Amino acid sequence: MNNIHAFQRKLLMERSVPGRIGSILPDLDVPKQNLPRPELLRDNLDFPELSEPEIVRYFTNLSRLNFSIDTNFYPLGSCTMKYNPKINDEIAFSPGYAGLHPNQPIDEVQGALTILYRLQGYLREITGMSGVSLAPLAGAQGELAGVLMMRRYLMDNGQEQRLKMLIPDSAHGTNPASAKMAGFNVVSVPTDDSGNTNLEALRAEATNDLAGIMITLPSTLGLFDKNIVEICNIIHQAGGLVYADGANMNALLGQVKIGDLGFDVMHLNLHKTFSTPHGGGGPGAGPVAVKSILEPYLPAPIIGLNQEPNEKHYYLESPNKSIGKLAAFHGNFGVLVRAYVYIRSLGDYGLKQISENAVLNANYIKEKLKGYYNLPFDRNCMHEVVFSATKHKDKGVNGLSISKRLLDYGFHAPTMYFPLTVDEALLIEPTETESKETLDLFIETMKSIDQEAQSQPDLVHDAPHNTPIRRLDEAKAAREPDLRWSRPEEP
Amino acid sequence: MPVPDTSFFQSHYIPNTPSQQQEMLDAIGVNSIDDLFSDIPAKHRHPTLDIPHPMSEIDLKFQLMALGLKNSNLEQNACFLGAGAYNHFSPSIVKPILTRGEFLTSYTPYQAEASQGTLQVAYEFQSLISNLMDMDVANDGMYDGATSFAEAALMACRVTKRDEIYVLDTINPVYREVIETYALPQKLKIYTLPAKNPILPATAACLLVQYPNFHGNIEDLALYKRQTEDAGALLVVSADPIAMGMLKPPGEFGADIVTGEGQGLGVPISYGGPYVGLFCTRKKFVRQMPGRIVGRTNDSEGKTGYVLTLQTREQHIRRERATSNICTSQALLALAATITMAAVGKTGFRQLSELNYHKAHYAASLIEKLPGFSLPLEGEFFNEFVVKCPTNPSTINKRLLANEIIGGLDISSSMPDCMLIAVTEMNTEPQITALVTTLAEFGS
Repeated sequence: MNNIHAFQRKLLMERSVPGRIGSILPDLDVPKQNLPRPELLRDNLDFPELSEPEIVRYFTNLSRLNFSIDTNFYPLGSCTMKYNPKINDEIAFSPGYAGLHPNQPIDEVQGALTILYRLQGYLREITGMSGVSLAPLAGAQGELAGVLMMRRYLMDNGQEQRLKMLIPDSAHGTNPASAKMAGFNVVSVPTDDSGNTNLEALRAEATNDLAGIMITLPSTLGLFDKNIVEICNIIHQAGGLVYADGANMNALLGQVKIGDLGFDVMHLNLHKTFSTPHGGGGPGAGPVAVKSILEPYLPAPIIGLNQEPNEKHYYLESPNKSIGKLAAFHGNFGVLVRAYVYIRSLGDYGLKQISENAVLNANYIKEKLKGYYNLPFDRNCMHEVVFSATKHKDKGVNGLSISKRLLDYGFHAPTMYFPLTVDEALLIEPTETESKETLDLFIETMKSIDQEAQSQPDLVHDAPHNTPIRRLDEAKAAREPDLRWSRPEEP
Repeated sequence: MPVPDTSFFQSHYIPNTPSQQQEMLDAIGVNSIDDLFSDIPAKHRHPTLDIPHPMSEIDLKFQLMALGLKNSNLEQNACFLGAGAYNHFSPSIVKPILTRGEFLTSYTPYQAEASQGTLQVAYEFQSLISNLMDMDVANDGMYDGATSFAEAALMACRVTKRDEIYVLDTINPVYREVIETYALPQKLKIYTLPAKNPILPATAACLLVQYPNFHGNIEDLALYKRQTEDAGALLVVSADPIAMGMLKPPGEFGADIVTGEGQGLGVPISYGGPYVGLFCTRKKFVRQMPGRIVGRTNDSEGKTGYVLTLQTREQHIRRERATSNICTSQALLALAATITMAAVGKTGFRQLSELNYHKAHYAASLIEKLPGFSLPLEGEFFNEFVVKCPTNPSTINKRLLANEIIGGLDISSSMPDCMLIAVTEMNTEPQITALVTTLAEFGS
């Protein structure tokens, strides 16, 4: 038996053969110049030597070891793994957009600025806010921008003692990490038994050192907090500001405007709600939207428009009290173009259908599986539903095993062990781009796994069995970090 | 434009038809989709949404391609613009691999068994970037070169438990702004030092150096290493990866943290993003690193595999005590960089680097001889240099663009009448001649 799998997974440096080349570079077509002093030059660069066909086959075979939206149902909660339209990529990769240098004078890039200006407007309209900056490069950077604006606003209003940031216990880890980076102290707020924010606890924290609250809406439990307007009022009456983490905006597109509910600032994840590809962990984009009181603090640049008699002229500007620059250039332009194409393609009617079908699909799964898995919050969910895999713990089958067993059946796992407040959490987000047929097969599969957990617990406990690799030793990876290829020592 | 009838509109991204939706509603036991949204306060439901109506793929493509033509792009024009983003070679194999759905449409590899492709690429990226910078370890990528530099400053403060960040006056001014955005809210202090003769106090956490610097000059890393060592501070270097094909890498000088902008490694220039920030350090500081890190391990049957590791540094475990709030690794752009490094290869990388060097020096030697033009800065440079012009650089750039040349960055606000010109392997001899000929028209 040959070992084709081991051969396919040999690293670039292990494949390297002296003398092979992977691309032909042009000859020098100008006179050779004097090189710098020799002590400035490097002696050796340990890089691979490979031909083009083997590089292509290597990476192509690696890609086949991945699950992806294009190949699998990927119900990863709070990640909104919806279909990523191909036209978005085609436009973003075209030379008119991908071939622009970020330092070109604005007269040369009016087409690009037109798109950015319009996108700012669409996101303002969708969120019900009055200002938008497209600068943040990811959701977490959007959060950082948002809380930095809160901090600066409070300081400008003589409220520098307000350093307490409330964050519900179900929040993403980025929320407390971002708040900390902006100089705030984080205080956790508990969730009540029905999945809403505990109002008593909230009121107790509404003191004169309160800066504000960061709330994910709908929450990471997949629930729309019924008291949301009251929460905003409590915080405002105590002198604080209200931040919305828009990671779960897919549930609300066109159904409600976050700004109407009383929020002051929020970010959006274009790589979730607006369909731009995740790329295995980036790139994303995390625009921030604010009410007028925070507009002067938006991160630079903002795209402005001069309406001249005969033509429109777009320009880049920095708001007068801006929190500053978040990156070297103007945001993740390629991602912003994709989101623009998506919004135009769907239009007003389409955007509303997104949230309707995302919520419908999640409730359908919830209803069909609730007799089989524990459902901590039995009420209408939004775009995702959280189950608790505690039923078979006595047989050694937990959320991790069930997740791994799903991989055997060709489905990506749900988000597991998050939110932290639900024991053995399995957070399932189907998105609107899945058909009823796929959902039915997933539901049947989850029921089979429930059966297996009773009749053959080892089968589930030891999963996965059919993936390219079995369960990996993560403890060893952390204990003896092997983080790069190194040339074996000469004997 | 005819208005589509909303009652019949069905998005091509949504498979479920109205009759299937009805079946699902029946299964749930509600009358309408609207009932599922009953937790939203009624007075805020159904807002008006002033967004244009849906567009067909044909119309959309037509409109956007036309809008794209309003831009002057680097395929139609020779480009001598740099200052942080460069027109470099991207092998033809990059895009077909990048756009494979298995790479493009997968998530962060939390489920290692279903993500070995992404994870192995990350390990390759970490290996090649460590080699390129001659450092012990690299992470899987940051947002961009500027944020990577800023996060390195924060990390240096954590490592040294000091709060003073020293920055040379020759770093990219925008990078400086980003460092301020990140560091000032954390009550860290930032001081500027002259590159010529910096005196680093013994209270410094770090010294930040760009290599080559914003003006293209090759900084004396040996000198800065001595000073940081004397002060008990860390040497943090932002290095251009393409220059590392020929220049001695920061690791050889003893740098403690090395960052960089990875765009030059085959990533589309795309009006400033998405790019990938490079981030390397020494082994002993690895647990203070921000960002994703992938490690090699084995499965229950002994087979080699890869996982996200050292996650206790990160926000999803450590929350407000994490090393950073970052959860992105720009994995797709790290993939582009990995493919490019593999394709250009060992000998090619040196050649690529030297093409930049010789072409830039050739262009500089011709421009220096033009009446009215001069090179105001002394010292060695790589592929970028400052030119003092006889008139306003923006006027010159307008003339250049008429000749299908995108000129250098106008830096007259910091250096009167100066522009920063970058020359890469993508600039041919005729392009350089055309640049010089047009500039000559301004000579007095």
